[in-house]
Amino acid sequence: MIRSAVDDQRIVITGVGLTAPNGDNLADFRAALLSGKSGVDRYHIRYVGDTLAGECHFDELMYQKRKELRRGTRAGSVSIYCANQAVTDSGIEWSKIDPERVGVYVGVTEHGNVETENEINEIKAFDYDTKVWSHHHNPRTVANNPAGEVTLNMGITGPHYTIGAACAAGNAGLIQGAQMLLLDDCDLAIAGGVSESIRTFGIFAGFASQGALAENEDPTRASRPFDLDRNGIVVAEGGCLFILERYSDAARRGAKIYGELVGHAMTSDASDFVLPNPAQQSRCMNLALKRAQINADQIDIVSTHATATTSGDIQECIALRRVFGDSTNTLINNTKSFIGHAMGAAGSLELAGNLPSFVDGFCHHTINVDHLDPECNLPGLVLGEPRVKKEVTYILNNSFGMLGINSVVIIKKV
Amino acid sequence: MTNEEIREEVLDILENIAPDEDLSDLDDSLNFREQLELDSMDFLDIVMELRKRHRIQIPEDDYINLASMDSTVTYLTPILKDVEKAK
Repeated sequence: MIRSAVDDQRIVITGVGLTAPNGDNLADFRAALLSGKSGVDRYHIRYVGDTLAGECHFDELMYQKRKELRRGTRAGSVSIYCANQAVTDSGIEWSKIDPERVGVYVGVTEHGNVETENEINEIKAFDYDTKVWSHHHNPRTVANNPAGEVTLNMGITGPHYTIGAACAAGNAGLIQGAQMLLLDDCDLAIAGGVSESIRTFGIFAGFASQGALAENEDPTRASRPFDLDRNGIVVAEGGCLFILERYSDAARRGAKIYGELVGHAMTSDASDFVLPNPAQQSRCMNLALKRAQINADQIDIVSTHATATTSGDIQECIALRRVFGDSTNTLINNTKSFIGHAMGAAGSLELAGNLPSFVDGFCHHTINVDHLDPECNLPGLVLGEPRVKKEVTYILNNSFGMLGINSVVIIKKV
Repeated sequence: MTNEEIREEVLDILENIAPDEDLSDLDDSLNFREQLELDSMDFLDIVMELRKRHRIQIPEDDYINLASMDSTVTYLTPILKDVEKAK
């Protein structure tokens, strides 16, 4: 496991590349979180009509030609942007990297819905004649597409694949990258999660049918985890890929280190397709703490998964009480209140937005909580404005998903 | 469609398929692949676009006729002679 003191068995984050609805790099994203800037806006998608979403506005042509954009997918473009940004941020001299020793591990909630819906919409104009079904459909919809597009773009010849893990995928991608480094499958991992989900009407329609799609006159007020007036999820797109290295390699090249992955856990609820299970969520957190060899009270910041569904928020708070009930040290926040639910990107984006706490000494807050749900009244909840937290040593990041998939990572300041 | 109209249409399709390319000095007598970065999927795009615009089926054995602008126009002329230019 990741707790070994041996430097080549310690996994550290040395680069961050991200795009979020309120920022296209870590500095802007962090500034938006500390200043309370939402990224949610009005959005229109076919069949569903006018709704709300967190849409990203990164420059797609920064790393891709127009032809590549046309051929590939939005998830591929998000991944390519994040991967290139992460490499640049890491300070690695890319030309000196052996491309055979780079692995790409991208977490996704789903992939292929967008592209399939697009094709069905296209052939609709031809009386559903499948002879006009695009030959690009299969390479666009294979499950490895987002990670594969990164390898094509960057000339990486090491392993690549996606990790399908519902909304736990951002953490799952990070964990996968760390594990592959420990198994010596690669020397450098590009790992995290991405989402193109706002391009598929099915996600919106599915949440609406479930009674779990947020509505609000003011888009910036729509994503309201822990608030009594919440009315569901704001769907968002985005991505965040980390550069992971062994500590020994990072130290040798004098790399800037964001933090060390000292604990992780993934568990399954085995209880329901949709409803979360606080017993398994708390077990997942405790397992990560055990592997990190620390107590709950040593966690300085918990980045919650809460999506602004009544059941999900309350169940996570039950789990948090079980783990952190007596903690006087731990602060708790939520990033989805700013950007909505970035699905496969959520776990990695929400972790990334908290990493600067190690340096700037703030815990970003949770916005849009005007009437705190008493069942979510956790002692360390940071609401309304950032809180000073001078010494941040450990951050715990929760990410849970449908079919009862739970993921937790713990990052330690280095 | 006249030969010139067919050429314009193929050029329009190429602009969509290869949006990064400068097609202003395309030599109609030379193979597309000698002048443009096109692969097999791009040629399938040409076939697909013609299918969508004019409901014509180009047999795989005939793809060789789409090598250059001249050969493409020559091949399409009898097929599209009674077809109006797509708007």
